[in-house]
Amino acid sequence: MTQLTNAPSTTAATQPGDLAVPAARNEPSVRRRKTIHPGRIVAWIVMIILLVITIFPFYWMLRTALSSNGALSANAASLLPVDFSWGGFQRVFGLQSIDDAIADGGSGAQLDFWRYLLNSVIVATGITVCQVFFSALAAYAFSRLKWRFRNIAFGVFLMSLMVPVIFTLLPNFLLIKQLGLIDTMLGIMLPSLFMAPFAIFFLRQFFLNVPLEVEEAALVDGASKIRVFFSVIVPMSAAPIATISILTYMTAWNDYFWPLMVSYTDESRVMTVALGAFSAQSPQGGPDWAGLMAATLVAATPMIILFVCFAKRIVNSIGFSGIK
Amino acid sequence: MAITTQNLTRQGAVPPPATPTRNKQPDDTKLALLLILPATIGLVTFYFWPLLRGIWLSFTSWDLLSAAKFVGADNYVRMVQDPVFWNAIGATLYFVAVNIGIQTIVALGLAVLMQRLTGSILVRSLILTPFLVSNVVAALVFFWILDFQLGIGNQMLEWIGLDRIGFFTSEDWAIPTVALVNVWRHMGYTALLIFAGLQAIPASLYEAARVDGASEIRMFKAITVPLLRPILGLVLIISVIGSFQVFDTISVTTGGGPVNATRVLQVYIYDNAFAQFDFGYASALSVAMLAILMIVTFVQYRITRAGQTDLN
Repeated sequence: MTQLTNAPSTTAATQPGDLAVPAARNEPSVRRRKTIHPGRIVAWIVMIILLVITIFPFYWMLRTALSSNGALSANAASLLPVDFSWGGFQRVFGLQSIDDAIADGGSGAQLDFWRYLLNSVIVATGITVCQVFFSALAAYAFSRLKWRFRNIAFGVFLMSLMVPVIFTLLPNFLLIKQLGLIDTMLGIMLPSLFMAPFAIFFLRQFFLNVPLEVEEAALVDGASKIRVFFSVIVPMSAAPIATISILTYMTAWNDYFWPLMVSYTDESRVMTVALGAFSAQSPQGGPDWAGLMAATLVAATPMIILFVCFAKRIVNSIGFSGIK
Repeated sequence: MAITTQNLTRQGAVPPPATPTRNKQPDDTKLALLLILPATIGLVTFYFWPLLRGIWLSFTSWDLLSAAKFVGADNYVRMVQDPVFWNAIGATLYFVAVNIGIQTIVALGLAVLMQRLTGSILVRSLILTPFLVSNVVAALVFFWILDFQLGIGNQMLEWIGLDRIGFFTSEDWAIPTVALVNVWRHMGYTALLIFAGLQAIPASLYEAARVDGASEIRMFKAITVPLLRPILGLVLIISVIGSFQVFDTISVTTGGGPVNATRVLQVYIYDNAFAQFDFGYASALSVAMLAILMIVTFVQYRITRAGQTDLN
């Protein structure tokens, strides 16, 4: 059965009706070579080209970040770091004296990336914890509790999926301003703290799948409904909760437009906004490319680490999250 | 508690007369309302209220300093006569066309390649990597790679004997360039969405076709495309809506220039609100954006018949 289901993807490009192929997969080279079709080689080449296009910019960030600005202009085409230097990273973290920074092609302006990293961590963590928690509570009410207006209320929540986030930004900015929360991290977090329509929808889908018997067994044992939520539903849905948390964290970390509106100073500036500011300060003689690429790497690294740890979970969630 | 047990035993013993049992089930209304309270606060405060307020503001003139003044449809009249607005609409449509056109073709190809060659989690992870970094990071990396003097991209053009291109500085190239940066960031994600749809097509169809001697291309046309249509429709709607709202990539690279070449609707809205402090006009532009998005979604939904499936 496994071989049967695998067959179409592994032998697609072979001769029509070549039934011997699934067996041939386990045989060494001689038989296997017969099944290699020129179309398959071309397909692999196209695939590899696409993968290179995908990955190359990341390598280029690293290569540039480890070069020094002076050498970059002379060796624009070198594929390896030129005149290897940690200067870019040192400027990003304010470890270089201002004179050295200016000599290295930096702007000399101090941007405190530790601060922005910390701000980003606080904002993304706060949004993730609160949003997932409150969304889970609502999803529980929409999936496991029986009450009169359940379907109507859920329909109203689903409608919010159709409100383009972008449209709410200006009015939300005004509200945050009236609340006196401009340039605070709370102001950045607030609109996302209470829920996300998609998180409710996503979690409800999984809560619905928890077998009724498990819940009833707990109720028979004298647990209250709210107990059931924490001691049955949440543990049994740990995987989807982790998935939605990771997705929420990534979204919050990468957001740019909203924090750009709300934050003005280091008080609340997050990584994405700081990157924009860093690139905008062009020192004399062109941008500080090494520093800028070091900064983009610093901004991207937490997401890449998260991805390395949870790649399978994130990749497998894509089918669901997109199709809604 | 007792009620629940009773229900259980009764259901076990006597096949239930449906309505009476339901009436005796515990009513969770209070708890339910308590549980959805935080989410409802968020929904009303940050989704529905701003929706109404945004529409209201579009009929006012407001610079944040004095009180908002009702001006009727003035903002809309001004909008219709504003050449920069129409230019922004044009730039946005151009951007969306290039972005979605190329992105869909590449992603579809990538998804089919994955389905045919490998479903390896490594490959799927690698193609998703660009989606993990923010638009800002993606934009800045390509800003550097495509730099006129020092960018490796222009260096490569020179190697193959072409002239250097001012990707971000030429009026002709700015929009396609920004669109391609977006393609780079989203093609893997889109490919995975389509890949998920491909997986849902029964393998038996391909086997049957293969037994009948169908070629790869014929199978793609006769099986993959028609059965993928509903998924492709949804993916298109999602990516087109995302594409219309482009801001980050442009904001950190061209900032709307050269001249107005990349001043797409979203950038123009931001400029009006935060550079001109003209919140009334910016809100009217936002309403225009909302209307466009709704029309686009509706039309696309109808055209692609995304709600239906041919699988039956």
